[in-house]
Amino acid sequence: MSSAFAIEVNGLRKTYGKEQLVAVDDVSFHVNKGELFGLIGPDGAGKTSIFRMLTTLLLPEKGTAKVDGYDIVADYKQIRKTVGYMPGKFSLYSDLTIEENLRFFATVFGTTIAQNYHLIEDVYVQIEPFKNRRAGKLSGGMKQKLALCCALIHKPTVLFLDEPTTGVDPVSRKEFWEMLKRLKAQHITILVSTPYMDEATLCDRIALIQNGKILSINTPQIMIQQYPEQLYAIKADQMYELIKALRKYPEVMDCYAFGEYAHVSFNGSFEDNKLKTYLKTEGLTQIEIKPVPPTIEDYFIKLLKN
Amino acid sequence: MEQFINFVKKEFAHVWRDKKTLLILFGMPVIQILIFGFALTNEVKNSEIIVMDQAKDQASQQIIHRIAASRYFDIQRSVMNNEQMEAAFKKGEIKVAVVFPAGFNESLLHQRKAQIQILADASDPNTASMLTNYVSSIIQDYQNSIDKTAAISYSIVPEIRMLYNPQLKGAPNFVPGVMALVLMLVCVMMTAISIVKEKETGTMEVLLVSPFSPLLVILSKAIPYLILSLINVASILLLSVYVLDLPVNGSVILLFAESTLFIITCLSLGIFISVKTNSQQMAMLISLMGMFLPTVLFSGFMFPIENMPYALQIISNLVPAKWFYLIVKSIMIKGLGFSAIWKETLILGGITLVLLVVSLKSFKIRLA
Amino acid sequence: MEYVIKTDRLTKRFGDFTATNEITFEVEKAEIFGFLGANGAGKTTAMRMLCGLSIPSSGTATVAGFDVYKQTEEIKRNIGYMSQRFSLYEDLTVQENIRFFGGIYGLSNREIKTKGEDLLEQLGLKNEAKKLVASLPLGWKQKLSFSVAVLHQPKIVFLDEPTGGVDPVTRRQFWDLIYEASAKGITVFVTTHYMDEAEYCNRISIMVDGKIEALDTPANLKSQFKASSMDQVFYQLARGAKRSD
Repeated sequence: MSSAFAIEVNGLRKTYGKEQLVAVDDVSFHVNKGELFGLIGPDGAGKTSIFRMLTTLLLPEKGTAKVDGYDIVADYKQIRKTVGYMPGKFSLYSDLTIEENLRFFATVFGTTIAQNYHLIEDVYVQIEPFKNRRAGKLSGGMKQKLALCCALIHKPTVLFLDEPTTGVDPVSRKEFWEMLKRLKAQHITILVSTPYMDEATLCDRIALIQNGKILSINTPQIMIQQYPEQLYAIKADQMYELIKALRKYPEVMDCYAFGEYAHVSFNGSFEDNKLKTYLKTEGLTQIEIKPVPPTIEDYFIKLLKN
Repeated sequence: MEQFINFVKKEFAHVWRDKKTLLILFGMPVIQILIFGFALTNEVKNSEIIVMDQAKDQASQQIIHRIAASRYFDIQRSVMNNEQMEAAFKKGEIKVAVVFPAGFNESLLHQRKAQIQILADASDPNTASMLTNYVSSIIQDYQNSIDKTAAISYSIVPEIRMLYNPQLKGAPNFVPGVMALVLMLVCVMMTAISIVKEKETGTMEVLLVSPFSPLLVILSKAIPYLILSLINVASILLLSVYVLDLPVNGSVILLFAESTLFIITCLSLGIFISVKTNSQQMAMLISLMGMFLPTVLFSGFMFPIENMPYALQIISNLVPAKWFYLIVKSIMIKGLGFSAIWKETLILGGITLVLLVVSLKSFKIRLA
Repeated sequence: MEYVIKTDRLTKRFGDFTATNEITFEVEKAEIFGFLGANGAGKTTAMRMLCGLSIPSSGTATVAGFDVYKQTEEIKRNIGYMSQRFSLYEDLTVQENIRFFGGIYGLSNREIKTKGEDLLEQLGLKNEAKKLVASLPLGWKQKLSFSVAVLHQPKIVFLDEPTGGVDPVTRRQFWDLIYEASAKGITVFVTTHYMDEAEYCNRISIMVDGKIEALDTPANLKSQFKASSMDQVFYQLARGAKRSD
C-alpha cells in the first residue's frame, strides 16, 4: 500500500460518555510525508483524542483515517508496527534506568539499540552520561529526551508526539524543538501537538483546534498573512490602565495584552496623534505606538473571538 | 520469544526494586503463619485439670499420678460431683477434666476393658483437642505399661466429650487458610496493581501501540507473580513444617500442582480487575473488598460454612479459595491423594477456565 | 513602602542538597510579582516556605507580616493559593466549591452568600452555579479557581502556573482577573512558563540552581541583558543551569 500522504484524516468524530460530549467534531486534515505538522490548541480541544484515534488506541465514531496508507481501524496491527508514539502523560518506567527503559522499548518493537542508534544518537548522547540513573530521578527535560528516544528506537515512519513540551521550561522546550528539526532531516513524518502558540511557527504546517473543531489549517506564514487588519502594539507605563482606556476608545475593535505591549486593531481609520492625546488624558505616560506583524497567537485569538 | 523474556525480566526488575512491596510480599506469609501459628496453636503447658476419681483404686491413682507428673497439666484439685466440675468449667478455672467411673480397676482387671471420660472446654477447639490428645496419650502410655506384664492386652477406652462445641467445627487448620489468603493477596492485588500502574503512567498506551501482542503483555505481567507465589507457597510450607511442626502428610508435588492451579485462578482475577479499573487505588480496593473478604468469609477457614444460611453456602461454592482450602487440607492434614480431591480440583479448574476466558476476552486491544 | 513578603537569605536544604539557596527579596503590597525559573530551580520549594507549608533551614522571611518559622497558621489564614494541579473539587458543584472554600478560609455564611453571588455575576457563571465543576471548560475552571482563592480577600495570593494549557483568550481574561485583584490591593505572586506573561508582571525574579539570578522590572531586565524579549532574558540565564528537577 502506498499513499501520497503520511496521514490522511476524513471527518473524524469522537464523543464520550452518556452525555455524548463531543471531543472531536468532523476533523479532516492530511500530513505530507516528511512534514512536521502541528496540532495547536488549548487543553481539552481534542488533540489527545485525535492522537489516540490515529495511533489505533481509540475507535472513531465516524469518519476514516489512514496512517502510512493503513486504515486506523482495519489495519491497526500494521500501524502499531510502524509508528512511534509518545503520549502526553507518558512517564516511562521510573524504577528502570535510562538504558533499561530504552532497551525494553527496543525489544518490544523487535529491534535493538545498536540497530537504530544513528536515529537517536543526537538526543541520546545528551543523556547517556546518566544511563545508569533511574528514570524517576531524571529532570523533566531529560525524561522528555529519553521518551523521545524510546519512541524513535524502532525507526518509525510516522512519529506522534502528544504535548511533548507541556510543563517543560522554556529552555528545555527550545532544545526539544531543535531536536525535532533534526529528526525531520531524517525523513520522519512528525505530528506534534502543543498548547504553546509560540511553537506553531516551528512547524511546517499547523492546524488550529478548539472544542474539537479545526479552525484553520495552513502554514504559519500564510496564516499570519491572512490576518485581516493591521495590528498595532501599544505600550504605556501602566498595562492594565492602558487596556481599560483602549477598550473605551470608540475606534478600537479589539485589544488585549501581548507581552509588554497591548495588541490593538482598529475600525476604519486610525490616527496616531489622536490616540496618544486620548491616552495622555487618561493619565498614561511613556506611550509608544507602532504597527506590528501579527503572530499565530493573534490569529488564534481572532478565530476564537469570531 | 526474546521479546517475551525481556518483558518478564523487566517485570522482575519492577518487583525487585520496590523494596517495600517486596518486604510485604515475602514478609506477609511469614508473619501470618507465625501469628496464626503461635496465637492459635501455642503449645499448652501446665494446664489446670480436675480429676473426679469415683474409683479410687490402684489403676486410677496410677493414671492420676502420671497426669500430675506430666508437664502439660497441673492438677488443680479433686472433686467428687458433677456440679463442682461444671462450676469450675464455667468459671474458666479449668480447660479439661478426667472422670474415672467407680470400679475402674476392677473392670479393667476382670473385663480387660475399662472406660474413662475426658471432658474439655471446646469453646477454644484447638486447645481442647490438644489437651484431650495429651490426656489420651497419657492413658495410652499407662495401658502400654500394664500390657507388658500381662498375657492378654488391656484396653482403656477414653470417652472424650467436647463441651460447648462438640464437633470441633472450624478448628483452624490455618496453614491452608493462610496459603489461600497469601496467594489471593499476592496474585490478585499485585497483578491488578502492576497492570493498572502501566495505564496510569501512560506506558500501557505505548505498549499497545507496538507490535507486541496485548495478550503477551498480560502474560508477561503474570509470570513473575506466578513465580513469587510459588516461592511463597514453599516458604509457608517450610515454616509450617520446621517452625510449627505441622508436617505435610500427603504429596508435596501434588500440593504444588494444586497451588499452581489456584495461582492461575488468582492471576485471572487480577487481570480481570485490572481491565475494569483505571487507578491503582481502585484496583487495590476492589482486590481487598471483593476478593480478600470473601476468601476470609467463605473459604471455611475462619467460619464454618455448614453453619451459614443456605444462600450463603451456595455463594461459598463460587469462591475459589473454598475449593483450594479443601484441597490443601486434604493433602496436608489428611494426607489424601489425588483420587480424593479430583472433584474439588475439577471445580477449581472450571472456575479458573471461566475466569481466564472472561478476563482475556475483556482485555481490550484499545483504550476504550 | 509596605512589604507583604520580605525574605533574607532564605534557604532550604534537603540533606546535602540546597534546593533554595539564600534568596533575598521583597514584594510590595498590590504588586504582581512573577517568580520564574527553569524546572528544578527551586521555585516550588521557595513557594512552599512562603506559604507556611515547609520550615526553612536558615534565613528569615515574613509573609503578610508573619514569621514563616513560628506563625505558619497565621500565614495560611492570610494567603490564597491556586495551582494548575489542585484547584477545585471536580465532583462538587460550582456553588458547593465556593461554599466549601469560603468556609475553610473562615468566611461567615452570609459573607459566602453575598461574595459568592458577586463572584458568579462577575465571571458570568450564574447559570452554571448548580453544575459540577467537572463539566466546565478548563479556562472557566481556572478563572473560578482563582476567584475562589481570593474570595476571603487575602493579603497575598500565590498562583502556581495558573494558566497552563489554557487557550490564549481565556489566558488574557485570567490576567484581567489578576489585574483586578491587584487593583483591590491584593499582592499576586505568580509562576508561569509563558514568557509573555512575565511581561505582565510589575517585577520578576528568575531563579537558577536555587539562587535568584535576576530581579527587576521586565523592561530593566531586558535592557540589562540586552534582550528584546523576556524569552531571551530567561534563555540567557537558565541555559547555564546545572540542575533540573
